[in-house]
Amino acid sequence: MPIEYLKETPSQTGGPYVHIGTMPAFAGLEIRQEEQQHVIPGPGERVRLVGVVWDGSGHPLRDAMLELWQADSAGRHNAPDFSGWGRAAASSETGEWEFDTIRPGVVPWRDGTPQAPHVSLLIFARGINIHLHTRLYFPEDEAALAADPVLRAVEQTGRRATLVARRVEGGDVPTYRFDIRLQGEGETVFFDM
Amino acid sequence: MSHTTLPAGGGSNFGPGAAGNVIKRDRALHAPAFTPGYKTSVLRSPRFALVSLEPGPGENAGPRFDGKILAPLENDLIRNYAKTGEAVGERIIVFGRVLDETGRPVRNTLIEVWQANAGGRYRHKNDAYLAALDPNFGGAGRCMTDDDGNYFFRTIRPGPYPWRNHGSDWRPAHIHFSLFGDAFAQRLVSQLYFEGDPLVPLCPILGTLPDQDARDRLVAKLDMKMSVPFDSLAYRFDIVLRGRRQTFFENKPEGH
Repeated sequence: MPIEYLKETPSQTGGPYVHIGTMPAFAGLEIRQEEQQHVIPGPGERVRLVGVVWDGSGHPLRDAMLELWQADSAGRHNAPDFSGWGRAAASSETGEWEFDTIRPGVVPWRDGTPQAPHVSLLIFARGINIHLHTRLYFPEDEAALAADPVLRAVEQTGRRATLVARRVEGGDVPTYRFDIRLQGEGETVFFDM
Repeated sequence: MSHTTLPAGGGSNFGPGAAGNVIKRDRALHAPAFTPGYKTSVLRSPRFALVSLEPGPGENAGPRFDGKILAPLENDLIRNYAKTGEAVGERIIVFGRVLDETGRPVRNTLIEVWQANAGGRYRHKNDAYLAALDPNFGGAGRCMTDDDGNYFFRTIRPGPYPWRNHGSDWRPAHIHFSLFGDAFAQRLVSQLYFEGDPLVPLCPILGTLPDQDARDRLVAKLDMKMSVPFDSLAYRFDIVLRGRRQTFFENKPEGH
């Protein structure tokens, strides 16, 4: 008889009202009004990450909630002065979301080879049965992107570009646009890690 | 570009635990992305296969939340939004243990819950269901597991409500929940249901799950022994997150 492990509790969609439990002020509750979960304070170069999650018909998801996880500017997780974690709600009108964070440093992969600087993103929304996991990389790091062990695990080389954000003009800090396409042409790479 | 060298399979450089890699997620226990019985999934499901990798240092680490962020009543949804009195509805306590796949308790981890009120209405700017809002009910709660992985919160049993899917489908009474564990790879958001609810077998969202065993594991069980006499019924609901391998099963950096 095989060894029995406990079975992971099955995931279910966060639903359209996910904000009540995760970003209550956004839902309209009169609590935790001061929270700015999309702003991740800490030492380092400030950057802004913006985008939209698009469905398979090219329509924006206006109920999505995104979570971000990243290293600090020295490539450390859980550093004492940087949480590395944030949350953003897509706009109920346009689907635009935004994070204000710092440029992450280099984190070594399992074998010690450096990964290109990136942030990890999780997407929760109505119609998404189990959260989707993707990564946002920065376009300037061309050599590091070419050597990144996770990008190189994407066999279809043409799909790797779906994980690289685009620098956009304007803004008081460097701003990057990252469109996430759930389905169809240019479908974003999602991970099972 | 210089970088700090971490041991292969290492977790965070700060914080507890020289723990091993999080074990691969068994996707057969979860719903697939494309579940046409739940219509919204049709345009929101990737068509390409997920790219599978062992979790790296960033995925084996994860955000940490201090219990000190919680206000005293956050685990009491009957009183945490009270304006003129307590929330209306059937008073219940939901409690249980959070374990990982290997049976280890998941300690001091944040649980977030949200739900509709007793009439099936959410306090959310986008919910326009005709049932009335309860001025004394917000529907959001948070708690931390203790050193043995135990958690509990007090609330009212949420009402069922109609939603647009196959015409008007009805959601069974349910409470949404969110857990972090201690690794990014352990993240879990799901919903708990109530034993004996006749809407449970009819729910298209529960119907996305692969089998009856998976659906049963989302149903909280009435526990009369833990019910509070003349006050609240109790429902037990245990939660399992992905586990970690022991570090001595990990590949050595120079290995294959």
